[in-house]
Amino acid sequence: MSDPQSALGGAVYQGYLTVKDAGAQGMLTLRGDHATLGAAVKAATEQGVPAQRQIEGGLGGGAAWASPDELLLFCDYSAAPEALEKARKALEGQYFLAADVSDARAIFTLEGPGIRDLLAKLCPADFAPKALPTGEFRRSHIGQVAAAFWLESEERATVVCFRSVAQYMFDLLSKAAEPGSELGYFAPTAS
Amino acid sequence: MLKFTCPYCGIEASETELHAGGEAHLKRYGPGSADEEFEGYLFLRKNPKGVHLERWRHAMGCGKWFLAARHTSTLEVFGTYPAQTHEPPAEILEKIRAKYPEALK
Repeated sequence: MSDPQSALGGAVYQGYLTVKDAGAQGMLTLRGDHATLGAAVKAATEQGVPAQRQIEGGLGGGAAWASPDELLLFCDYSAAPEALEKARKALEGQYFLAADVSDARAIFTLEGPGIRDLLAKLCPADFAPKALPTGEFRRSHIGQVAAAFWLESEERATVVCFRSVAQYMFDLLSKAAEPGSELGYFAPTAS
Repeated sequence: MLKFTCPYCGIEASETELHAGGEAHLKRYGPGSADEEFEGYLFLRKNPKGVHLERWRHAMGCGKWFLAARHTSTLEVFGTYPAQTHEPPAEILEKIRAKYPEALK
């Protein structure tokens, strides 16, 4: 079998923080009534159904609240087909939709100080720690394209976008991370 | 800047995250209706300078349609409510009438 390739093959930009293509990542879309999806989420990711706008777990096995009837599940790339099968089995007989979207998306990780400032340059979301606490899964747009992101900590965030706009997203995040362009509004930066 | 709180995901979304969907609470006139009614349903829309009830979609977000009451020139927002609603909730109407008694007549 051919090797899985992420959109940008693990590209890295080192600015005042690090922008990194996170590599091939397993992702499933699961749609249906959240109250009935628990078994499938458990089977596919070992996590519980997240509360509104929250994410349970992370890239290695996680479930994110995408809309009132949609979840985005994360797992290892190679485990995605099996996880999909497990989710389908758990929901047999119910009304639901499950799809493997691993190859439809790209994932970037941001590591370093000043993540809130960087994203605030590009996105209309409110990045105040009160409005966007760590562990909250926020869907919005970054620059011109739809994106979802969450902060694992003040120094680490993950951005999800469509694979077709991965280069645009990487360029945008890299440009915003250029040394000397720190804002220092939400958090004092290192330099 | 125009901001609506999406009733489905609770996010205070700015205008660039939303897509406007025109007038809310249209009554559909289908087969068997009079020509005038059908024309009205298809083409005739309110365009007030004042309080307006509108459809909006949280396009860059949860993707759901919702309804909103706002003032078209001051951009004051009276409230948002789910799309599965046939008329604006009483509390939103109260808010509107308290400030603009002549609106929505």
